[in-house]
Amino acid sequence: MIQKSVTHCVPEWVEVGSVENIPLRGARVVSTPIGDIAVFRTGEGEIFALRDRCPHRGGPLSQGIVHGRRVTCALHGWKIELFDGVAVPPDQGCTKRFDVRVEDGVISLCLRAEIAKKVCRSAEEENHVSGHA
Amino acid sequence: MKKLKLVVIGNGMAGMRTVEELLKLAPDLYDITVFGAEPHGNYNRILLSPVLAGESSFSEILLNSEVWYRENGITLYAGKEVVEIDRRHRKVIASDGTEAQYDRLLIATGSKPIALPIPGATLPGVVGFRTIRDVEMMLEASRAKGNAVVIGGGLLGLEAAAGLMKQGMSVSVIHLMNTLMDRQLDEAAAAMLRRTLEARGLKIFLSANTEQILGEERVRAVRLADGTEIPTDLVVMAVGIRPDAALAKAAGLHCERGIVTNDTMQTFDPRIYAVGECVQHRGRTYGLVAPLFEQAKVCANQLALLGHSAYRGSTDSARLKVADIDLFSAGDFREAENADTIVLHDLGRGIYKKLVLADNRIRGVVLYGDAIDASWYYQLLCDGVDVSGNRDRLLFGKALAGDAGRGAKDTFLELSDDTEICGCNGVCKKTIVDAITEKKLFTLEEVRAHTKASSSCGSCTGLVKQILAHTLGSDFSEGPTKKPLCACTEYSHDEVRSTIREEELKSIGEAMVFLEWKTTDGCAACRQALNYYLHCAWPGEYEHDAQSRFINERAHANIQKDGSYSVIPRMWGGMTTVSELRAIADVAEKHSVPALHITGGQRIDLLGVKKEVLPEIWRDLNDAGMVSGYAYAKAVRTVKTCVGKQWCRFGTQDSTAMGIEIEKMTWGAWAPHKVKLAVSGCPRNCAEATIKDFGVVAVDSGWELHVGGNGGVKVRATDFLCKVATEAEVLETCGAFLQMYREEAHYLERTAAWIERVGLAAIRKRIVDDATGRKVLYERFLHSQKFSQKDPWAERAREGVEAHEFKALTVVTKGEAA
Repeated sequence: MIQKSVTHCVPEWVEVGSVENIPLRGARVVSTPIGDIAVFRTGEGEIFALRDRCPHRGGPLSQGIVHGRRVTCALHGWKIELFDGVAVPPDQGCTKRFDVRVEDGVISLCLRAEIAKKVCRSAEEENHVSGHA
Repeated sequence: MKKLKLVVIGNGMAGMRTVEELLKLAPDLYDITVFGAEPHGNYNRILLSPVLAGESSFSEILLNSEVWYRENGITLYAGKEVVEIDRRHRKVIASDGTEAQYDRLLIATGSKPIALPIPGATLPGVVGFRTIRDVEMMLEASRAKGNAVVIGGGLLGLEAAAGLMKQGMSVSVIHLMNTLMDRQLDEAAAAMLRRTLEARGLKIFLSANTEQILGEERVRAVRLADGTEIPTDLVVMAVGIRPDAALAKAAGLHCERGIVTNDTMQTFDPRIYAVGECVQHRGRTYGLVAPLFEQAKVCANQLALLGHSAYRGSTDSARLKVADIDLFSAGDFREAENADTIVLHDLGRGIYKKLVLADNRIRGVVLYGDAIDASWYYQLLCDGVDVSGNRDRLLFGKALAGDAGRGAKDTFLELSDDTEICGCNGVCKKTIVDAITEKKLFTLEEVRAHTKASSSCGSCTGLVKQILAHTLGSDFSEGPTKKPLCACTEYSHDEVRSTIREEELKSIGEAMVFLEWKTTDGCAACRQALNYYLHCAWPGEYEHDAQSRFINERAHANIQKDGSYSVIPRMWGGMTTVSELRAIADVAEKHSVPALHITGGQRIDLLGVKKEVLPEIWRDLNDAGMVSGYAYAKAVRTVKTCVGKQWCRFGTQDSTAMGIEIEKMTWGAWAPHKVKLAVSGCPRNCAEATIKDFGVVAVDSGWELHVGGNGGVKVRATDFLCKVATEAEVLETCGAFLQMYREEAHYLERTAAWIERVGLAAIRKRIVDDATGRKVLYERFLHSQKFSQKDPWAERAREGVEAHEFKALTVVTKGEAA
């Protein structure tokens, strides 16, 4: 809803803060007009960004525990791959991912969400449908 | 690096399980070649009975299709039987001349059915019950719906008989011994089984010696030693199996009944390993699937050159399904002079349970008709738990011994397909059964991963295990008793804890390196456990690793379904004041808290608080003298009280003051799971102390202390621990008990589950009988509390601790965009 009307007027790349401000194996929230985005920093120092909503029941992924390149959602323990937003099988679903750039320790996000794979789109739609069922 | 060559002789379950485990550990170490005598991929031999009964097809029980071998780069010679192992030239030779060189050889030749050396044993129409070929022959013979004779009244024989009956044949079983299934059942249970099977139309000949199989071109009849002739069109020989060690023996490897291996599954030739039914380990051979899988795991670990895993043998247990009757047996269930036998025998309901105890420990179990408690008894047996604490109730099962989970109420067979098994995740019986058969699941963990059943509160675990047992069929047995902490490690909770102490490991990273963690930084399960274990082992020294804690303990509030948080200030002993209530009302109003709720622990819950507002609310509550109630933590939560003798006309002691004193001593103590306490002022027990982790009930002459209660998932009344006279003794016993729990329970194990695992007797011995030991535990508890009793809300509201936790990294506004 809001998402569609404002996406085009948000610049694609936005600086959101320094890498140091996110704990190792942790996450911080970036609040944006298109909704909350969780920015993760893995133990190896990689940065990833996902929509802050678990594909399962909408839990805030930023509150989960980060291990390897995955986050375990705080609400019901789904594991989500940080690099593409896809749930680790046997769970099925995916959340939107955002491109990330790090320059001189400063993180920029591309606020145009990427949906990882074709299957994800249908997974999201299914989610949507079952949510109303 | 050039790959090593691994040759596997035997394409069965043990051999392929080893290969699967090896591929997980070291996918690129070996070029693997597999020889199988049967002309197809690896199938689930356990499920031959359902195929015979017409419930499954062969394709359904295939475990690894030929595609799997191809995808994993494995050369499969299906239908090529190895006839020679040439150890000098390190190669194996198959019957058609195919040769393969090896650097390591794995023998997994399994076992062969024993063929009775009687006349007529080789006639057409005489089969074993071992391979899919045998089953095909039996099915073919059954089409004419004639007569069948099964020689052997053991597990395999009875399964074959039941399957053939389902196919419409008229079946007789001939058994040499005077009771059926004499290896797994005692006389009473065997007699019940016999009656049930006879009522279903099976003819049974006991103490019967087969003398000859009659027939010219094909079997016609079987003659017993007493002259009885039983006409038949099919004879199934199911008198037993024998480890197939012929090939190994011919190659000069040391063999007795089976191929002798050491604890690393290595034979006397260091290049050659063996797993499965062909193996003899510490003098024993195994035929059930769980021990074989344990062996496979160890062997794969050795082949992967990791070398830190050993097999120490398994305790026999058999969970069987014969003609839909629930059976379980484990350990040594023979009656003996130094052992006591407890028996429940209810012929009308078709239930028989027998426990054999020696030195107050379970030595053997036989269950007939109701095997719901099999897992529980088996665990008690393997762990050698002293059961004197609940010996009087033991036989009535886990439900009446205190642990009334929903699983105890129903037996599996009475449930319809759409019965909800897992209430947390809404999983019904059919979903679980289908997942087990379609996805070929073997273990509880796999069922949890695929269906989510039993993965939340765990109260349906018993039931899910039973479904697994029934669906897998007769050969399902309990998994290994040693369970790794999680998939990131081979080590159990106890091993991890003791290593942390003995090796003085002081950080999660250090522990993971020393214990050879398989993942770079663990998973959500092990990181939380390690963080707690380190905290408990090194009080005052170890700093919690925030990123290894569940969000509630990181944010010191309880996350709700919409991502908001709840705030519960402590109310000591459930007492509050006008000014506290006013402060809560003011805070709720100021911050527009959408909901207030009175909790079960006698406190007030402010619900729907946004995370960024938490520090502000905490500061306001702090200003009114209130601190964190730890209502979000695996720690001491509440001490619930009644108003006691100060007000109540029945009160015998000042329970409120006692409760407050306990809460002042114990608040802030982190634990393996949440801990709830209560103090009641008289035996009417209005504070419900007998469903708390530690409950105190005042009586006129002092205080009764109770432990291990639970009012949640599984209602469990406490066990009575002891009675003491003074308040000081209450505090000392409470502190000592909590410390023992903190130091010895597994992470996420409530006191109820812990006590059922280790036995009440073990706890009484340390907390009640051993005064010195109790004092030492108490001292350690108080020492640890010195570092723990710091209000986490004050630190965050006033000192800016973990400030980043409560603020967005940044806010991108619409304005920025313009």
